[in-house]
Amino acid sequence: MEAYRYSDGSITYPGHDIGPDGSEPVDTVDLSEYTAEVVTWTRSTATPPGVRAPNTLAIVEFDVDGEPVRAIGQVTTEEIEIGDKIRPVYVDELREPGAGIREPESQEWDGYRFEPV
Amino acid sequence: MENVAIIGASMTQFGQRDSWVRELLAEAGTACLDDAGVAPDAVEHLYVSNMASGEFEGQTGVPNALAHDLSAVPAYTARIDQTSSSGSAGVYHAWQSVASGSSDMTLLVGGEKMTHKTTAEATDVIASLTHPVEYKQGVTLPSFAGLTARLYLDTYDAPRESLGKVAVKNHKNGVDNPKAQFQKEVDLETVLESPIVADPLRLYDFCPITDGSAALMFCPESVAKEYADDYVLVSGVGGATDTHVVHERADPTTMRGVVESSDQAYEMSGYGPDDIDVAELHDMFTILEFLQSEDLGFFEKGEGWKAVEEGVTDRDGELPINTSGGLKSKGHPLGASGVAQAVEIYEQLQGEAGPRQVDAEVGLTCNVGGFGNCVITTILEQA
Repeated sequence: MEAYRYSDGSITYPGHDIGPDGSEPVDTVDLSEYTAEVVTWTRSTATPPGVRAPNTLAIVEFDVDGEPVRAIGQVTTEEIEIGDKIRPVYVDELREPGAGIREPESQEWDGYRFEPV
Repeated sequence: MENVAIIGASMTQFGQRDSWVRELLAEAGTACLDDAGVAPDAVEHLYVSNMASGEFEGQTGVPNALAHDLSAVPAYTARIDQTSSSGSAGVYHAWQSVASGSSDMTLLVGGEKMTHKTTAEATDVIASLTHPVEYKQGVTLPSFAGLTARLYLDTYDAPRESLGKVAVKNHKNGVDNPKAQFQKEVDLETVLESPIVADPLRLYDFCPITDGSAALMFCPESVAKEYADDYVLVSGVGGATDTHVVHERADPTTMRGVVESSDQAYEMSGYGPDDIDVAELHDMFTILEFLQSEDLGFFEKGEGWKAVEEGVTDRDGELPINTSGGLKSKGHPLGASGVAQAVEIYEQLQGEAGPRQVDAEVGLTCNVGGFGNCVITTILEQA
């Protein structure tokens, strides 16, 4: 779960070629080694082809040595609460490649779900 | 720079249509030529607002197809894609084409054909605008709405019912719009008990999947006088982006694209939020009407829900919002929606809105692409 750290100290997930205030990426951070707090969540029932239903999703905020960085991901449980702590757990296929409109070879399909701690 | 006028407007029936995208565009385009009294060979620029005719239907090259179908060849033409805000992006480009002096007669036609796809397929076409880290998680536009609605209700201590009241209000307005997909009232209980789509939002918090097209005719004000006694002026238009990756926004309950684009439109027009008499907002999801009404400066942050509760945004309220029925009841054929928003404001300002008519001299549209990823705000006024 690779995030970029920029020359001004800020971190984003995913990484971008140029950082939020125009600064260059200087380092990467593996967010899967950190825990995070749920900012908000939803349980999506009308899911597209190749996506589990229901698909509970959360926006979470990691604290990387005092620097906040947010991510979105599937939740391992159907329900969760704002403020809950989670940890990322690896999944080799988050949705079925090729079932939806996006070209399977154009991106990765593995990643992390969020599991309540 | 000369004022840019709108001298004609049209929209097709919105809903489930047998026509395909080319036919829908031609239907609205022909009706707009008729409404404006403009001959096809007078059209110098022809813009088509459309998000995904290739993905939905396997039909690309629609602007040239439309130029031929309307006998507007050799008009310059281009397709304007800004996802759900393609329609108002078309307004922006049409305004630029006339304001710059490049065209003395610009026809804008927005349209989309969607209903032949299943809900899951249409949802996926729209979700394909997301970043790979979002797409692989199965993120959809409705799920962004659920995430944001929960945070909004939690942060501002707003009752769940207030979101339902947006749907009730806009369905009530849609009853008087013969072009709307739904011309049927819904009560609050029905909204609150409908199936969950993206918790805490339910089926009636979402706009439907729709086929349809809408069109507008733009020209310099000096030319407008040759065609019409009454016309509408484009007083202000602004466009802006927010982050592509939605979770990277510091405050998910603020749509920075709405703030930035409306600041531009207000500055250009000389009007402020208090001067707006009627507005069409992008209520693809009920929560978006709250966010836009606040970020446009109509209400304080976190208080948009109170305005709906108090009836301020009802058709007979102080600031009527979505007199057309909004995307919620009128429907949301992606590329057509921003154009159709301006068609409603045009009709309101021209006094042609029939039973939906409100007292208005200045109106605003706010058209949102992605989940606030691209936003266009437009201000129109009576000439």
